[in-house]
Amino acid sequence: MSAADIDLLHRVTAFIYREAKLQDEHQYDDWEALWTDDGVYWIPANGDDIDPEKEMSIIFDNRSRIALRIRQFHTGKRHAQSPRSRLRRVVSNIEIAESSETGIRAFSNALIFESTVRADTVWSTRNEYFLRPEGETFRMARKNVFLTNNDRALFTLSFLV
Amino acid sequence: MSITTEPNKLDLSHLVQGNRVHGSVYTDEALFQLELERIWYRGWVYVGHESEVPNKNDFVMKSIGPQPVIMTRDNGGEIRLLQNRCPHRGNQVCLKEKGNTRAFTCPYHSWTFSNTGDLIGFAFPDGYRDNPDADKKRLGLGVLPRVESYQGFVFGSFAAEGISLAEHLGGAAETLDRLVQTSPDGKIELTAGYLKHRARTNWKFILENECDGYHPAFVHSSIFSVADSAIGTYYGDQSTALTRDYGGGHTEVDLRPEFRKADIPLRWFGTTAERLPAYVEAMNTAYGKEKARQIMIDGTPHVMIFPNLFIAEIQVFVIQPISVNETIQHATAIQFKGAPDLNRRMRQQTMGSVGPAGLLLADDTEMYERNQRGAESLTPAWLFLGRGEQRERRDENGYMVGHSTDEVPSRGIWRHYTQVMEAQS
Ligand code: FES
Ligand SMILES: [Fe+2]
Repeated sequence: MSAADIDLLHRVTAFIYREAKLQDEHQYDDWEALWTDDGVYWIPANGDDIDPEKEMSIIFDNRSRIALRIRQFHTGKRHAQSPRSRLRRVVSNIEIAESSETGIRAFSNALIFESTVRADTVWSTRNEYFLRPEGETFRMARKNVFLTNNDRALFTLSFLV
Repeated sequence: MSITTEPNKLDLSHLVQGNRVHGSVYTDEALFQLELERIWYRGWVYVGHESEVPNKNDFVMKSIGPQPVIMTRDNGGEIRLLQNRCPHRGNQVCLKEKGNTRAFTCPYHSWTFSNTGDLIGFAFPDGYRDNPDADKKRLGLGVLPRVESYQGFVFGSFAAEGISLAEHLGGAAETLDRLVQTSPDGKIELTAGYLKHRARTNWKFILENECDGYHPAFVHSSIFSVADSAIGTYYGDQSTALTRDYGGGHTEVDLRPEFRKADIPLRWFGTTAERLPAYVEAMNTAYGKEKARQIMIDGTPHVMIFPNLFIAEIQVFVIQPISVNETIQHATAIQFKGAPDLNRRMRQQTMGSVGPAGLLLADDTEMYERNQRGAESLTPAWLFLGRGEQRERRDENGYMVGHSTDEVPSRGIWRHYTQVMEAQS
């Protein structure tokens, strides 16, 4: 690994850790600010390779729907997050699959512990990021979240994953 | 299929009384087992849609309550409902969610069954030769004795005899007519796959919520306010929309009075004719301008077909009880054949609003789960369902109707529930 590669991996890792922390701590606006203006947030259902233009996904938000989701949290009447889930996630296996001047494709794994009145739930995901460089850091142009159990019936998933 | 040894005669009058139900109807394990026997494994239950098995030999995995059911279209084109249990030693003959096959081969000892459920052959058949009990005709898969469709919706019954599907649907059949006529070719498809949302609640809290017009103003105010949605007004104090009890446990929220008052095509879908020119054109061609306009003003229904098929304007939900306090809702976007512009919007809106992360359904589900926890508390022992009792009335067809926020649907559901639960087989 060249010094440049190590530097890039370091910066991507820092970005992904920061995103994880914002999600765990329900920092909705700071999390929303991580997105590019054309960002797409995708969580498929029934497998990882479905076509979201034809089949149901758990989330398939364009940028304006991401904003809508955040505004709904801010009403204080998003009952599924009132009270908020207590969250803590561990992110690892960060790898950069592709990189160029215009964008980076990176992967990570996450295990998320969610505590609610209903129960404690563990979620497992493989995350795929398309990042655009912005100074020393990045913005998300796309985030795909592949839940390990996305082919099964899932309890409510109302926090930011 | 009988799983209880209860006496056949059941008296529910100590649990269900007109405008109130006892909390234990949502929490009693023995009652749940009786519901399986008398509602889910006896009466008509919605299973799947014909469009999910479009070709000969297609199959798709479905369910009736906790029971897995394979819906197949056999080589002759007929729809069959099979159980996924090998008659040899109980293994599962089908492990895929969907596919196309003329035969299912059990992985354990390789018995092979046709997609009508008949046993085709044993592996190493010598071991069965001259054994009179190894009669292939008696060793097929479990087959649901009755399968009937209406407007493409396939229903099944575990009972060999009983009322016809038409009798079961009664006046609510008209809501399915209304649904399909909103499609230019008079057909809908359910081909976009399902979101499966698990909830720690009794299935009847979901059943009742589907046509509860009292909650949206409160449970969904967060999304109505930020999305600039007009839906909230249909469920407000001043709404002219109606709740309706069709009998048979089937209930509706009829929003047509509001849409007719506005008199604007596609208002029901929160859009305009200008935005969907291809769809409007296809509707005009199919029905003529005047009728097409009326259909596009009225929109699709919001109807709960007892016990498990909910049509929510642009979505279909299927309620699947798993246990007394666990239920799965399967949801998908309705698709109209030959209306790609509308279909795309229906998928987008469905993905936004329903399923585990849905802007609407996550909050509904939160409510069902809280209801369940509440019902587990001891007092007050009764839930009060009397809203609007003093102002309900019969419509021109003789069905009970009330204000859109009144509990006409819940009272209708419990009346029917009591009848089917108390009925002798
Ligand atoms: S259990 Fe199916 S062949 Fe033996
Ligand atoms: Fe609701």
